[in-house]
Amino acid sequence: MIGLLILCLLAGLWITRPQHADPADFAGLVPDAGNGEMVFAAMGCASCHMDADAPVSGELPGGQSFKTDFGTFFAPNISADVDTGIGSWNDLELASAILYGTSPDNAHYYPAFPYASYGRANPQDIVDLIAYLRTLPAISRENTPHEVGFPFNMRASVGGWKLLFASNEWAVLGDLTAQEARGRYLVEALGHCSECHTPRNILGGLDRTQWLQGAANPSGEGRIPGITASQLDWSNSDIVAFLTSGFTPDFDTVGGSMVEVVENLAMLPQSDVEAIVAYLRRVPEPNLGDR
Amino acid sequence: MKYPGMLLVGALAFSAAASVFADGHASDKALAAAVKARQSHMQLYAFNLATLGAMAKGEVAYDASAAQGAADNLVAVATLNQQGYWLPGTDSDSMENTRALPAIWGADSNAQKIGMDLAEAAAGMQAVAGSDLASLQGAMRAVGEACSACHEDYRKPRN
Repeated sequence: MIGLLILCLLAGLWITRPQHADPADFAGLVPDAGNGEMVFAAMGCASCHMDADAPVSGELPGGQSFKTDFGTFFAPNISADVDTGIGSWNDLELASAILYGTSPDNAHYYPAFPYASYGRANPQDIVDLIAYLRTLPAISRENTPHEVGFPFNMRASVGGWKLLFASNEWAVLGDLTAQEARGRYLVEALGHCSECHTPRNILGGLDRTQWLQGAANPSGEGRIPGITASQLDWSNSDIVAFLTSGFTPDFDTVGGSMVEVVENLAMLPQSDVEAIVAYLRRVPEPNLGDR
Repeated sequence: MKYPGMLLVGALAFSAAASVFADGHASDKALAAAVKARQSHMQLYAFNLATLGAMAKGEVAYDASAAQGAADNLVAVATLNQQGYWLPGTDSDSMENTRALPAIWGADSNAQKIGMDLAEAAAGMQAVAGSDLASLQGAMRAVGEACSACHEDYRKPRN
């Protein structure tokens, strides 16, 4: 009986073991750091990894804290520093971290790092992103350990979380135009919009049946608004203007964590922002009977 | 002469806000009035920015005189003395109808500095709003950044 339990445990650990980027997916790709800068903006890397108190463009020392229901997480140093940052990691190690949430020492990262969204990214964009990251300055700052209590401090359990909730399948399916598909890629993969705009279940997994329909604020009071078509009754051009200038149609402005998002989106080509809006118009609306 | 001085301060405070008690704490009515006043203040920003923004977005034709008027108002509002609005005890933890986070009153609050950034950005708008549309469009960015800098850290998301 005990033998069977141990066998089940071992099988569970095997099934939920950390996954790694497949070298075949990256073979022959030529990095373009210029596109990598756009990918970096679309993924919003700096929003979490910059110094919160004294942000400097391009400096990624980490240290910002994120209080959640599961504990307090501290963004790590992702600058090119060899000792305290990612300077000594090879490209596949970085790709494994970003796409699979797996560290170079083969541990699971906590999903405060949105790899469950980034996992949908194209290998080419990731190669470009890595090339861009390597152009940024090395900053020496030791990582702050996360403050996570039992049982979430057992990293192996994150493997089970990934198995349950980290699906690379698109949330919005069906026939999309090229523009809508580009928008889906920007929203569901790089932009990881659903990490805040989609409600979570008790284990912190996204409820895909309420995709982008609004959620409790993951980092404080109040709510993150729903952004499906019926919940966002602004014209398409008003949404584009909001996402690039921060002004709402009645000239209030963006607030909270979305401020950083708007700063990042303002760096993307206008066509990408228009694609995001085209995609948002295709997101299924809440069942009005439910709320 | 200490006593008359105190009397004067007391009288001024009393006339400015009749419901502020002698020990410095304000009545519920005074707190509600402060919240209403600063929300009206924000509304005046939005109203004047809407005039400028509609031109910047190309929704209405550029009108140098209207643009200059709105920019002048923006400067006027941004440079009003707001001391009376931001009373302690008027944060979102203490009152229902405000989204002003307690951090505004925190020891390391940056809110006042951001307010000065806004006044500077408004002055930048005032300097160019009446000259041409492209300059107006260019000046919108700094104004928006100052607004959202405060809303990023000091305004609670809606419930």
